[in-house]
Amino acid sequence: MVPELPPRPDKHQAISDTAAGGSAVDQGGHHHEQPTGLLRWLLTTNHKEIGTLYMLFALLMFFIGGTMALIVRAELFQPGMTFVVPEFFNQMTTMHGLIMVFGAIMPAFVGLANWLIPVQIGAPDMALPRLNNFSFWLLPVSFTILLSTLFMEGGGPNFGWTFYAPLSTTYGPPSTSFFILAMHLAGISSILGAINIIATILNLRTPNMRLMDMPLFVWTWLITAFLLIAVMPVLAGVITMMLLDINFGTSFFDAAGGGDPVLFQHLFWFFGHPEVYIMILPAFGIVSAIVPTFARKRLFGYASMVYATASIALLSFVVWAHHMFTVGLPLTAQLFFMYSTMLIAVPTGVKVFNWIATLFRGSISFELPMLFSLAFIVQFTIGGLSGVMLAIAPVDFQYHDTYFVVAHFHYVLVPGAVFAILAAAYYWLPKWSGVYPNVKLGLAHFWLSVIGVNLTFFPMHFSGLAGMPRRIPDYALQFADFNMLSSIGGFLFGISQLLFVAVIVLCIRKKGEKAPAQAWEGAEGLEWQLPSPAPLHTFDTPPEFIPERDSPSRH
Amino acid sequence: MSTSSYYVPATSKWPIISVIFLGFLAVGAGMLMTSGSGLIPFLIGFVGTLWVMYGWFMDVFKESQAGLYDAQMDRSFRQGMAWFIFSEVMFFAAFFGTLFYIRVFALPWLDGEGAKGVTALLWPDFVATWPLMTTPDPSIGGPDAIVNPWTLPLINTLLLVASSITLTFAHHALKHQDRKKLINWLVATLVLGGVFLVIQGIEYVHAWTELGLTLQAGIYGATFFLLTGFHGVHVTIGLIILAVMLVRVLKGHFTPDQHFAFEASAWYWHFVDVVWIGLFLFVYVF
Repeated sequence: MVPELPPRPDKHQAISDTAAGGSAVDQGGHHHEQPTGLLRWLLTTNHKEIGTLYMLFALLMFFIGGTMALIVRAELFQPGMTFVVPEFFNQMTTMHGLIMVFGAIMPAFVGLANWLIPVQIGAPDMALPRLNNFSFWLLPVSFTILLSTLFMEGGGPNFGWTFYAPLSTTYGPPSTSFFILAMHLAGISSILGAINIIATILNLRTPNMRLMDMPLFVWTWLITAFLLIAVMPVLAGVITMMLLDINFGTSFFDAAGGGDPVLFQHLFWFFGHPEVYIMILPAFGIVSAIVPTFARKRLFGYASMVYATASIALLSFVVWAHHMFTVGLPLTAQLFFMYSTMLIAVPTGVKVFNWIATLFRGSISFELPMLFSLAFIVQFTIGGLSGVMLAIAPVDFQYHDTYFVVAHFHYVLVPGAVFAILAAAYYWLPKWSGVYPNVKLGLAHFWLSVIGVNLTFFPMHFSGLAGMPRRIPDYALQFADFNMLSSIGGFLFGISQLLFVAVIVLCIRKKGEKAPAQAWEGAEGLEWQLPSPAPLHTFDTPPEFIPERDSPSRH
Repeated sequence: MSTSSYYVPATSKWPIISVIFLGFLAVGAGMLMTSGSGLIPFLIGFVGTLWVMYGWFMDVFKESQAGLYDAQMDRSFRQGMAWFIFSEVMFFAAFFGTLFYIRVFALPWLDGEGAKGVTALLWPDFVATWPLMTTPDPSIGGPDAIVNPWTLPLINTLLLVASSITLTFAHHALKHQDRKKLINWLVATLVLGGVFLVIQGIEYVHAWTELGLTLQAGIYGATFFLLTGFHGVHVTIGLIILAVMLVRVLKGHFTPDQHFAFEASAWYWHFVDVVWIGLFLFVYVF
């Protein structure tokens, strides 16, 4: 099924519906012969093909990681050891987290970046196309190694996705070394991908497009890429130290030799906290593109959106220890990290209010991307507010490592980041495939997802506040009702994602209403000048671009 | 942004081949560490990766010599290299952060300092010192002695600083089309870097066999070898890059206006040099 997408330069392609005319479409010219079949995908340096590969890979990982989550939810459906053994349960929670973070959400956003950034800034491709291919293909290798650990002696990683040492070093399974090497490969992929994105944005914009003219998705990715380059090497450093502790007798995280387990947590969360913004900033960019389109108004407070994104990114470097309030930090450190964390609510609030102000008195219509975006705004705000609760150091002692934390970060990641990715897919699928996504299936997908996701994660707030610890296969009886609800919701959400697959398959097979170049009447941006589906090579010459604020109609 | 059309490189087989060999390298390394049996895949991966680097870079050199790269491509390369070095800075920052955290917080807390001092209950007799010669738990054991910074490490510092200067001379010669000077200064840089590595090797053997300073010698040994070891790896990589530059100079690849490969290797070499100064100060001297 894979080799059918995305469209190759099509002989029958109707070019007449492009607004940009000749400059948007490759006329043959200097492009080299393309290999066909599997080789086409292995060798491709085309940003659209690589973007497609990233997104299909993310979708595959989403289902693998989702299956693991459903195994966890099946075990937790009722109290008692009912379904799997605890050792396997631990591997499932760990692998679910690792795969969703590094295999699903991050690659999905990188895929969107690959597809969209060049066409949004009027570039022919990414700045370093071969590096782009390299970055993508590292991922399948990395995750094959990671998944293979499940079949090794002693099983796969079982210490939680945060792999705290010495639990992961002294007490981890033998396969931990393979896990570390797999993470190294994924990290190299992320760093090189981020370098590519920054070089593309800073260097390949069409003339006249100043930084403050860029679409917000491009802006958020520029800042996200900076975060990636800054923190992925720190992750590489800390897992290297784990590798040495495991295999070469060093004592970085062993107090007996003068090391410190808490050092691991500092290093991990110095990476880990910017990492959670890496998984949400591009989502902000997506929502900032979709809300104005369907509110038929310009985005309220463009500049403040940019500054808010940058502030969130900078603050993310000085908040990491709020993940560690209970490890015995000095009081001054707890206060510092509490206040710095709360500061993040300010720029984040700016963003939410800007979206609402964009909606205010707009001519709103509720197409599929808009539904997902509106759900994002509401649900992400719930996750943000529970984040403010967790930031309060004294009460975090109660919440720490309970299901309240699980509820919090799933609210920002699933009804937040995943919904934004789905919104992006529904929004740009007409541009990618040439046909609109099926509305009936999409509506069913949306409503089942909203109900499923809230049924899964909202009760977790209650079970967490009541004291249910995370990462346990069995629990006290008083948590039974909430857990049963969460499990029902989890299966509902998981199974309803199959509808999304159906939507995508229909789009790939071009079953559906054909989309014009300007697929959404209110949409702005260079990508809507391209025909739908966008030809393989676009913007061989820089397109004409008049910044909104300079356009004659505004004077 | 004056280009009227963009240059987009052709597809290449090298990325996918290098991914395959990196896979071999990772699996082989994992097998070597867990079961000791992965030497063959590891070697396949290692040799293959070297081959890929040769092939991939040769393609880039050829395209560059053919004049395919425009000013925009040049900027992309520059930005790519600059951000890559930034990522390397953050990689070393993690290790320096480890060193400082251990010295400033972890060890004093183990010794009972701080408001809580609970950690002091683990090993009541432990005394925090740096260098840490006696570890909290005697079963691990610290080093018997540490390397005197004013002997080999000082020489190495002078060597590396000198090599940065000679490389700058070489760069100036390149800009002024003084080919003979360029080759001489570049060779001098390579010699200085090579001698640095030899001395570092001698120091390692000395530390490991005579001073009891090993990877296993508590947190001092661990941080010492972590920082100096990864620096040494980077010096080695830098030397290989510079050697390739020498070959390209001999082939007459560079012009005073267009020699970004040379500049990039110089950036990298200076970065490695700066890291060493941090190492010399905080690992050896203070």
